[in-house]
Amino acid sequence: MSFEPVIIVFMCNWCSYRSADLAGTSRMKYTPNVRPIRVKCSGRVEPTFIVKALQAGADGVLVLGCHPGDCHYTDGNYKATRRMALLARMLEQLGIERERVSLDWVSASEGNRFVSIVNDMTARIRKLGPLAKKS
Amino acid sequence: MIVARDYVFMCSEPGQEIIGKDIRDLSLNRVVVAACSPIMHEPTFRRTCQKAGLNPYLIEIANIREQCSWVTEDKQMATEKAKALLNAAVKRVYYHQPLEVRKIPFNPNTLIVGGGIAGIRAALEIADSGHKVYLVERTPSIGGHMIQLDKTFPTLDCSACILTPKMTEAGNHPNIELMSYSEVEEVSGYIGNFRIRIRKKARYVNGDRCNGCSLCQEKCPSETDSEFEAGMGKRKAIYTPFPQAVPNIPVIDTDHCTYFLKGTCRLCEKVCEANAIDFGQKDEIIEVETGSIILATGYSVFDPAHIKHYGYQRLDNVVTSLEFERLVNSAGPTGGNIVLKDGSVPRSIAIIHCVGSRDRNYHDYCSRVCCMYALKYAHLIKEKTGAEVYQYYIDMRCFGKGYEEFYERISSEGVGFIRGKVSEVTDRTINDEEKGRLVVVAEDTLLSSMIRVPVDMVILCTAMEPQQDAEAMARLFNISRSADGFFLEKHPKLDPVATNSEGIFVAGCCQSPKDIPDTVAQASAAAARILSLISKGEVEIEVAIASIDEQLCSGCGVCSSICPYSAISFDDEKKFYKVNEALCKGCGTCVAACPASAITGRHFTTEQIMAEIEGLLI
Repeated sequence: MSFEPVIIVFMCNWCSYRSADLAGTSRMKYTPNVRPIRVKCSGRVEPTFIVKALQAGADGVLVLGCHPGDCHYTDGNYKATRRMALLARMLEQLGIERERVSLDWVSASEGNRFVSIVNDMTARIRKLGPLAKKS
Repeated sequence: MIVARDYVFMCSEPGQEIIGKDIRDLSLNRVVVAACSPIMHEPTFRRTCQKAGLNPYLIEIANIREQCSWVTEDKQMATEKAKALLNAAVKRVYYHQPLEVRKIPFNPNTLIVGGGIAGIRAALEIADSGHKVYLVERTPSIGGHMIQLDKTFPTLDCSACILTPKMTEAGNHPNIELMSYSEVEEVSGYIGNFRIRIRKKARYVNGDRCNGCSLCQEKCPSETDSEFEAGMGKRKAIYTPFPQAVPNIPVIDTDHCTYFLKGTCRLCEKVCEANAIDFGQKDEIIEVETGSIILATGYSVFDPAHIKHYGYQRLDNVVTSLEFERLVNSAGPTGGNIVLKDGSVPRSIAIIHCVGSRDRNYHDYCSRVCCMYALKYAHLIKEKTGAEVYQYYIDMRCFGKGYEEFYERISSEGVGFIRGKVSEVTDRTINDEEKGRLVVVAEDTLLSSMIRVPVDMVILCTAMEPQQDAEAMARLFNISRSADGFFLEKHPKLDPVATNSEGIFVAGCCQSPKDIPDTVAQASAAAARILSLISKGEVEIEVAIASIDEQLCSGCGVCSSICPYSAISFDDEKKFYKVNEALCKGCGTCVAACPASAITGRHFTTEQIMAEIEGLLI
């Protein structure tokens, strides 16, 4: 059987989680590989959550926030950006490919954008192969 | 796990009763519901728990509908995902803590932004109930787009006749503080307690002294295009947009005033008997506090010059619908006579529907009002000139009360209907009949043939668009926009007046294109929602906020420096940072940043999220 990755998706309560709900109510279809976690803001996502997810068996982690400038809490998504940049460097030192962790923006009305981000991420991780085998 | 139940409609009364009964009978202390999105029914199930005596925060929802069954093709995979989601919810709920709902007093004042029919209607509803309204309008007068319109479909009421009494009422209402020529600059706070900074732009006319005699406007030597007349007429540099303006106090347009441009003139000052002209006037900043906000900022009109082949601004006698409204209005620049640029009366007129709307090059959406006002135009043209009228339509959408009947009536008045999208409006003529006229080239899709119709005037039914600054406004008020750029409502069907920001409501065309009856209905609905908040007198505020453990806090201050609400401050006596619970909105960014892990983000604690991660990765 071909490799099916498991990807944890952190979504903020205001934009990205609602875009995922909209994809659902619009009956769009996307890969079942993603596992959602709702947080209030992408700024709440601690780098340790991502490390924990990768340790516990996830092959990739996606963090989705509001578009720059649209954060419900003013600028939490910018803080997420800074943390993710630092984390990516740390992951590389640990021998984990940067591509396994990704940050992107989706507004509440962009169900189709959510679907394409999720599908793209799944395809990317599928190509990279399982994380556990490498480490 | 004590008990697991399966029921088809868990959110229904009997479904909730199942949960309530189990909580009571089995002394449950945690509940997980695997169903639809928590955005939908988390509040419902929280109430269920509370009724049964369980703290409402001891429940967790696994979203196995919107984010699982509805989006997954493979049933097996969907089931696996649902199991993971449920497992995560069970693991998470273990760490849930009971939280107490906090209530604060609700400020009964309301801010309404936009003084068109939506803003006026909402303001009157709230003010009539005895509560204070701040009505902020950007332009010198309230009235919005509706005051520019001639007749209204399908009744053919005169727009100004039905609107001006409402404008006057709003202008004189003891509970409405009208701030025209003003803009909101800053919004802070939250539901129940907003603080708003408003810039009242300098009019250079003292409103207390001005008696509205309009002598200044007569004498002013500087002239420019009138915005109210959609560029079809002129106004002076000191002006009220139209004679029935509310308030009836002129403003000086500094871009066109001779004194502001060249330093001399001040003719208005000399002729003003009331001594009302004040060239030294400055912008004023006013701060107000309100409990709720209604955005009724209206729409903008699509610029048809983008569609080059329709010839707008290149060919004479190609006009937009708003320009035609002024042309046909008896108070307009031609006194209501439908005339061409050379002053002659047109013999035939083409009306092109869906200009910029229902067009994937510009806007996908339907502007909803064009079919109906195009029918209205046909009637007015027939009545005033007897000219031939050709409607170029995609579909006739006459959906409202009395609309289909209006369509039937106009159809019987001898109006031509051509089903097809116009490919070109041109002055390149090919025969004597066309010579010197505009030729409308289109495919008649009912005849399946290309046709050329020579006309004297073309009216473009231009799309309604989001206001130019809709993006900036959405950011200012912290609300979202839908893909088409209009403000996003909380729920498209069940909550079309609220937004994702508590206490902020939308009314009228800022939310989506709509006609006057729908705008008025939405404005009244927004007012009703606010009145219910006011009558409660208090409002629940965010429970899931941050708290700092003083034992662990090292006093580094990282949290305080990144808090978007300045909700964290240093306690000088105890030497640690503390959270102001009234200001914190619970975003959790300080929780993620604290190097000592001294901050807990209630209901989104590190333990809870870690448990969820583990649960998802079974």
